[in-house]
Amino acid sequence: MSILINKDTRVITQGMTGKVGQFHTVNCKAYANGANCFVAGVNPKKAGEEFEGIPVYASVRDAKAATGATVSVIYVPPSGAAAAIDEAVEADLDLVICITEGIPVHDMLKTRYKMQGKRTLLIGPNCPGLITPDEIKIGIMPGHIHKKGRIGVVSRSGTLTYEAVGQLTALGYGQSSCVGIGGDPINGLKHIDVMKLFNDDPETDAVIMVGEIGGSDEEECARWIKANMKKPVVGFIAGVTAPEGKRMGHAGAIISGGQGGANEKLAVMEECGIHITRNPAEMGRVMQKILKG
Amino acid sequence: MKIHEYQGKEILRGFGVPTPRGAACFSVDEAVAAAQQLGGKVWVVKAQIHAGGRGKGGGVKVAKSLDEVKSHAQQILGMQLVTHQTGPEGQKVRRLLVEEGAQIVKEFYVGMVVDRASQRVALLASSEGGMEIEEVARHSPEKIRTVRIDPVTGLTDKEGAEVARSIGIPDVANAEAVKVLQGLYRAFVEKDAMLAEINPLILTADNRVVALDAKFNFDSNALYRRPEIVVYRDLDEEDPAEIEASKFDLSYIQLDGDIGCLVNGAGLAMATMDIIKLYGGSPANFLDVGGGANKEKVTEAFKLMLKNPHLKAILVNIFGGIMKCDVIAEGVVAAAREVSLNVPLVVRLEGTNVELGKKILAESGLPIISGNDMADAAQKVVAAAKGAK
Repeated sequence: MSILINKDTRVITQGMTGKVGQFHTVNCKAYANGANCFVAGVNPKKAGEEFEGIPVYASVRDAKAATGATVSVIYVPPSGAAAAIDEAVEADLDLVICITEGIPVHDMLKTRYKMQGKRTLLIGPNCPGLITPDEIKIGIMPGHIHKKGRIGVVSRSGTLTYEAVGQLTALGYGQSSCVGIGGDPINGLKHIDVMKLFNDDPETDAVIMVGEIGGSDEEECARWIKANMKKPVVGFIAGVTAPEGKRMGHAGAIISGGQGGANEKLAVMEECGIHITRNPAEMGRVMQKILKG
Repeated sequence: MKIHEYQGKEILRGFGVPTPRGAACFSVDEAVAAAQQLGGKVWVVKAQIHAGGRGKGGGVKVAKSLDEVKSHAQQILGMQLVTHQTGPEGQKVRRLLVEEGAQIVKEFYVGMVVDRASQRVALLASSEGGMEIEEVARHSPEKIRTVRIDPVTGLTDKEGAEVARSIGIPDVANAEAVKVLQGLYRAFVEKDAMLAEINPLILTADNRVVALDAKFNFDSNALYRRPEIVVYRDLDEEDPAEIEASKFDLSYIQLDGDIGCLVNGAGLAMATMDIIKLYGGSPANFLDVGGGANKEKVTEAFKLMLKNPHLKAILVNIFGGIMKCDVIAEGVVAAAREVSLNVPLVVRLEGTNVELGKKILAESGLPIISGNDMADAAQKVVAAAKGAK
C-alpha cells in the first residue's frame, strides 16, 4: 500500500501540451505503471488531438467523464494555474497536484477559499509532486533514485526531498510514498495532513519530515505527532543560517517578525519526540539508527 | 518588492485614506520649495529609505521655519542612515518626503498580512501606535486585535467599526476610521500586497484619522499584472548583487561569510548553508540556480560569487533531477575557465547522469575537489577555506 496514489491511479495532465508539461509527461509515463496511469490531457484549444498517445480533452470535466481519472497534475503557467486548480475542484476530482511555481498569493487565497467544503485535496503549488516507488510518479522528481519500501517522506522542498530519498536508498531503505507539499505560503496539504495519512498506512513504518523556515506548519504537525503518531519520525529543518526578513528562494521561506525560525521549529519538534538532526547529510543515518534499535 | 513611504501614501490616497499633504524631494532646493508650497508653520522632513526605524536613526526631523527645513534637508540627504533594519553600514538617503506637520492626539497601529494558518488576509490593529507590532506582540499581545477577513464580503462596516472602537478610536471619528481600514484592505488586495502597515495611524485635534506613515511589500509573483507598482521600484535600495542575479533568473542573497554556495533548489541551498556552518565554516551567500540551469547561468553564478571580496572557497552542491549532472559539470568547467577561478572549488554531484558529470570534472584538468556526499563536500570546503586564510 501507499498513500494518496498507487499503480491503479488514473491521472489527467493539465498543461500537458506545453513545453514543461510535455517533458514531464514523457518521464512520468515511462516510470513504472505510468503508461497505464496517464490517460488524459487538457487543453481547450487542442481537444481531439493526442500527445504521446494520450488524448487531449477540452476540459477536466470532459477528461474525467471519458477516462474515469480521479487525479490531476498541473503544469499550467503561473497566471492561469489557480484557475486550473479551480477547474479540477469543480470537476470533483479526488486529488490535484500543482507543480507550478510563482502563482500570485492572492490567487491562491481565492482558490483555497473556493475549496472550502469541497472534497478535492490539493498538493502544492510550487512542489515536485509525489511518488509511490515502482508504481507511479506524478511530478518532476527523478524516478531512479527511489526504491520501493516502507519509509514515508514529506517535505516542503524538492531537491531536499531527493537528498532524503537518496540517503535512504543508499542505505537500503525503500520508500512507501514521497510527498512534496511545496514551498508556497498558501498551499494545500500540510505536513500534518500527510503525517496522518502515513500514520494510517499499514505499509509505512517510519517517516522523514523535512521542513524549512517560515510559517508554523512544522510546529503544528509536531504537536499532533506527540499526541497521535504511532511511528517514529525523523525531522530536519532547513534555514538555521537564514537571515531574518529575506525570502530564501521559496515564496514561503521567510522569517518575519521573529517568527518561523529554524531553531524554534527544531526545539518544538524535539520536545514532541521527533528525532531531529541538524545535519542534512544525516537524515538517512538517523533513520537507520532508529530502525535498527 | 518594497516601496517608499511617499509611494505607499500615493497608493493609500487612491483608496480614500487621508494622509498629510507632502511632496517627494531629491534635493535641498526642492525640499525648501516644497515646504513653501505647502505653506503653514510646521513641516516634517523624512528620509525615504526602505528600512524601518528611520526616526530613531535621525532620519525624521520637525522644522519650524524654512531655514530649518533647509538645514534638516542638508543634514539628511546623502547621510548613511543606520537603523535596526539597515545593518551597521546603513543606507544612503537619496530622497526626502517633506510634509505638513500634524497635530497628533493619539497614535494607533493598523496593518494587513497574509495569514498562512487561516489562509486569509488578516487585519491587525493596536492602540500601541508608533511601536513595532512585533514588539507589541512580544510584550502585550492582548493589545493586538486580529480580524481574518472573508474574501467575499471584504472588511465589513461592522467589523471595521468594532476594530476601531476596540483600539480606542473615539466614536466621533469611528466612521472615518472604518473608511481608512476598508481602504487599506482594498489597496492590499487590489494591488497584490503581502504586507501593508500604517504605523502610526493618528487621531488629529480636529478628530480626523490620518495615515502618518505607509509601508508596503508586494508579491513579486504578481508584478506581471501590476505595472503601476513596478514603476515604484527603486534599485538604489536593493543589493546590487541581488539585482544582477535576478537578471539571470538566479535567486541570490548575500551573507557575511566566506564560503560561496551554488546549489539547485531553495531547500537544498539553505541546507547547504546550514551544513557549512555545522562543520565550522560560514556561508557567503544563498544561491539557487533553479531547475533549468545551463552553462550561461552557472557562469553568471560564479561571477556573482567571485565579486565578493571575502570569498575564500566555493561549494557546488547539485542533486540532479530535471537538471542533469553532466550539464552542470560542463557549466562548472566552462565557468571556472572563463572567470579564472582563484579560490578552491569543491563539487558534489548526485542524481541524474552523475557518473558522466564526475567524468567531465575529472577530465577537465582543473583543480576541482570532489565531494562524495553532502557532509564530505562540506567538510572539504570548510577545510579549503581555512587553508586559504
